[in-house]
Amino acid sequence: MKLKSQALPSSESFKANEMAHLKAMMPVREAAEAAALGGGEKSRARHASRGKMLPRERVANLLDPGSPFLEIGAVAAHGLYDGVAPCAGVIAGIGRVQGHEVMVVCNDATVKGGTYYPMTVKKHLRAQEIAEANHLPCIYLVDSGGANLPNQDEVFPDRDHFGAIFYNQARMSAKGIPQIAVVMGSCTAGGAYVPAMSDVTIIVKDQGTIFLAGPPLVKAATGEVVSAEDLGGGDVHTRLSGVADYLAEDDAHALALARRAVAGLNRAKPATVQWESPEEPAYDPSEMLGVVPADLRTPYDIREVIMRLVDGSRFDEFKSRFGETLVTGFAHVKGCPVGIIANNGVLFSEAAQKGAHFVELCSQRNIPLVFLQNITGFMVGRKYENEGIARHGAKMVTAVATTNVPKITMLVGGSFGAGNYGMAGRAYRPRFLWTWPNSRISVMGGPQAAGVLATVKRDALERAGEVWTEEEETAFKQPTIDMFEEQSHPLYASARLWDDGIIDPRQSRDVLFLSLSASLNAPIEPTRFGLFRM
Amino acid sequence: MFDTILIANRGEIACRVMETAQAMGVRCVAVYSDADAGAKHVAMADRAVHIGGSSPSESYLKGDVIIQAALDTGAQAIHPGYGFLSENPDFVEAVVAAGLVFIGPSAKAIRAMGLKDAAKALMVEAGVPVVPGYHGDNQDDGFLAGQADEIGFPVMIKAVAGGGGKGMRMVESASGFQEGLDSARSEAKTAFGNSDVLIEKFVTQPRHIEVQVFGDGTKAVHLFERDCSLQRRHQKVIEEAPAPGMTPEVREAMGQAAVRAAEAIGYAGAGTVEFIVDGSGGLSADGFYFMEMNTRLQVEHPVTEAITGVDLVAWQLRVAAGEDLPMRQDALTIDGHAFEARLYAEDVPKGFLPATGTLTHLAFTDQTRADSGVRAGDTISPFYDPMIAKVIVHGPNRDVALARLRAALAGCEVAGTVTNLAFLGALASHDGFVRGEVDTGLIARDIESLTAAPEVAARHIVVAGMAALDLLEPMAEAGFTLWRPLRRQVLLARDGEEQMLKVRVLSPLVQLWTLGDHEVKAERIKGRWQVDGQPAPHVVKAGGIVTVFDGYGLAFDVIDPLDRAAGAQGDGNLIEAPMPGLVRSVTAKVGQTVSQGDKLAVLEAMKMEHALLAARDGVIAEVLAAAGDQVEAGAALIRLEPADDAEVAA
Repeated sequence: MKLKSQALPSSESFKANEMAHLKAMMPVREAAEAAALGGGEKSRARHASRGKMLPRERVANLLDPGSPFLEIGAVAAHGLYDGVAPCAGVIAGIGRVQGHEVMVVCNDATVKGGTYYPMTVKKHLRAQEIAEANHLPCIYLVDSGGANLPNQDEVFPDRDHFGAIFYNQARMSAKGIPQIAVVMGSCTAGGAYVPAMSDVTIIVKDQGTIFLAGPPLVKAATGEVVSAEDLGGGDVHTRLSGVADYLAEDDAHALALARRAVAGLNRAKPATVQWESPEEPAYDPSEMLGVVPADLRTPYDIREVIMRLVDGSRFDEFKSRFGETLVTGFAHVKGCPVGIIANNGVLFSEAAQKGAHFVELCSQRNIPLVFLQNITGFMVGRKYENEGIARHGAKMVTAVATTNVPKITMLVGGSFGAGNYGMAGRAYRPRFLWTWPNSRISVMGGPQAAGVLATVKRDALERAGEVWTEEEETAFKQPTIDMFEEQSHPLYASARLWDDGIIDPRQSRDVLFLSLSASLNAPIEPTRFGLFRM
Repeated sequence: MFDTILIANRGEIACRVMETAQAMGVRCVAVYSDADAGAKHVAMADRAVHIGGSSPSESYLKGDVIIQAALDTGAQAIHPGYGFLSENPDFVEAVVAAGLVFIGPSAKAIRAMGLKDAAKALMVEAGVPVVPGYHGDNQDDGFLAGQADEIGFPVMIKAVAGGGGKGMRMVESASGFQEGLDSARSEAKTAFGNSDVLIEKFVTQPRHIEVQVFGDGTKAVHLFERDCSLQRRHQKVIEEAPAPGMTPEVREAMGQAAVRAAEAIGYAGAGTVEFIVDGSGGLSADGFYFMEMNTRLQVEHPVTEAITGVDLVAWQLRVAAGEDLPMRQDALTIDGHAFEARLYAEDVPKGFLPATGTLTHLAFTDQTRADSGVRAGDTISPFYDPMIAKVIVHGPNRDVALARLRAALAGCEVAGTVTNLAFLGALASHDGFVRGEVDTGLIARDIESLTAAPEVAARHIVVAGMAALDLLEPMAEAGFTLWRPLRRQVLLARDGEEQMLKVRVLSPLVQLWTLGDHEVKAERIKGRWQVDGQPAPHVVKAGGIVTVFDGYGLAFDVIDPLDRAAGAQGDGNLIEAPMPGLVRSVTAKVGQTVSQGDKLAVLEAMKMEHALLAARDGVIAEVLAAAGDQVEAGAALIRLEPADDAEVAA
């Protein structure tokens, strides 16, 4: 039951791995820290000089003191829009308010006035998606000028664009998921609907404004000259219009009112899983960096990761002698029962069948699933195709797609090809998807992709009777290899919100626990699987 | 021995008496007022009887009700404690007439000592030295002024029926005599219903040394002296035994004089003979004068108990029950040195105003004898003396005992009210006091340094912040963030001054605090927080107040942002009660035009009358209190409005 580590923390390879991981983490840390600052120093100083708290201070003062904050999309929009929208101009994440886990969505007005870039919209919607899936009350700390006009075509019209924010609010409110807005700055145009669509709205006096059209547009449209405060300030909305419910003196007061609103929600977590008393792993989670090889191509035993994630390093491994390239088993993370599915090599038919079986088991028992992805894909070749590896793979994909237990996916290595599907990639709607800085994600490996393209080209050239030298082929392959290298990088992925964030591998246990805990705010519905191709 | 006794008192002395009595197998009956229904002395008692309203005159001073309670509960004797009815001869007579034993002296002995001038005459007869003065019946102003001249200024005017510092005025020169006389008389009239005064020579460097005596009705012994020179406005602050600089010869002379005094009036039970001693040239066998005799157990009796090993309450019970004096004079010896400090709920910066409040936390060190009538959770009400505890220590010699007193005071933990603890601590460290150079003027001379505001270090504020945000108990996942810690704020206030603190919780074990430009690290090592490199002091949070137990208790208000909006605009025109007390008189009338400094009302609190003055010119808009009202601190009494507003309104 208790796993035993083969790693030697004093060995050269352990230290080399550690160094390599730390190096891989550096650009991520830099990106995240830059994003956390929000807009430039000048706009932050201007923001603070108006007596407003900086956005992250707003989040901190909303949350319980010392509350964890599981941030979503911490490097969203990294490298996009010429770098003018750090963190996509909105902070999102899960924290505790009066002991309740809530989703906080906080505009950063120091970033282009808090206007919505495409990634801002995507992040806001992802936060709402998480809230809806996990029944987390939403608290919107609003300070935004609305849609970013130069990007209106990628922000306004489509299904998953700006309008979906209010659609989600209405749908969540209908499901009994509380929607609370704190208007701490502008809520202009479409943005006006965030507070208007909320169950409870708080507005800061002489600071928050809500209107469909601001004073300049009003003047242009009708010639009426009116101040922002008279048009849609806190006094107007709490006394005359009824758009807001509570008038706050300042940011601190507004956040305290929001906290009080949450205290009054009369909510309790549903009974879902059987909790055990939490226990530290027998192996230090901080050794994670040393036990995982820096090079994705170096095989290692995934149990070295598992034993650093789970309580007491105890792992009840299921079917350990069958389909050995997929490790499955039961464990606890800080007292929460989990079923772990982890790659330990390429997926074969047996491994896929075992995976499907294990998902069925956990679904029967209402046990959340944790996927540890390090997968190059399903095995290829005639033998495997002929025995129906696609059929077996489809079973696993079906099971993963249709189970209703919470799924948490963590990319601890490669995530390539159909392996990504069977291991609950983004398309399979895991409740949360986290990546390590050393992970890579793409449809296949860069060299393999380049090789496929080169083979096609060589075949064509040779059919035409032309000669293609080795040098020419290498030169042909390089751009593809480079492109894959860039696009498979976790920063590239996370900037586009293909995942919920890049994490320090040493935080994996905490991240898993917080994800699980957030997930368990929603009751676990019974599962009805799709048809398994037998 | 008695089977059951009734204790006609409350607070620490009721508890003190019960402790001994119960240990002797005597059942104890407590009496209590409305305000004391849940008090410690009621909880301790074997039986408790409700005797009336919260004001002492409705309960603890109701002798007939108390005697009936004793009869109803089968008590054979009544212990009066100190204060209240303890020196009331009529009560003693009534007790005896009801067939009960009064644990204390006879009514006759109390009367003999009760009127100070008669007492002095008696003492002169018995060969006890007295201070030159006039103790006669002639209360004519001019005559008294003449006597004062004869005795020589400075003189002290004292209420004949007085005690406890009430009705006392020191007059430095003839020109201030009439004013002092008037004021002493008025206070005496209020307190005792008797405005007669006596006049005495005022000893310039006086020490207050008193001798504990114990009589059986004919013979008496003494249990040595106590020095009570550390006084503030005639209120004892720290007492000790034996007296610093005391010699065997002087002790013998004073002891003999005290015994003579007790025997002269056929004294039974515990009593104290107070002497004023000229401390200017060392103690001498002819340099002490009889002041008065307190015909009861004193507040400070524990220091005598500490150095003699005698339980004075046990002696009281045994002698009252008819036993002989438990020890003879030659068997009594002094062992070491003892101190007692009186811990009060007092607002020292506001001139030691009595304070009220609910004690959210109360703790003493294990080495302290703390005689207390309150427990954590109890309320200090405005109706009685705001004593929290008597902190008593003993040591083999004065230096050690004093070091123990300092440690005991440093270890006192009181939250929920302001206290005089820092003042006591400063006094225990006062150079002159440490050297044993005490006199009754010491506190007044050095009051500024003794009441200096305590130093508040960054770590104190940080610990207060930790408590305010509930960050003292390490929580799992505390401070978890992916890449960059969040920074939260908390607003504290101390003495009205706000302090913004910000904190980054880095992990369950590490926090980084920012106070202005100053950064302070809090780190939990082996289960204990280290703040700014030092172990974090103990701290409690209750009712929006955080108290850090360092520097004698530093209280911080936690500013709740929710309170900010609710807070009403401060009305500059409102005259509020500066402390809990009794409204004595209200001179202001609605519509009356007043000038700045005009007296609008008088509030009596504890032992002082406070005139409430108009802070500005204006017109009385509203009078919200009437004479006789018991009011809490901060109660609105009178509302002014600017004269022009009133005109507009009219």
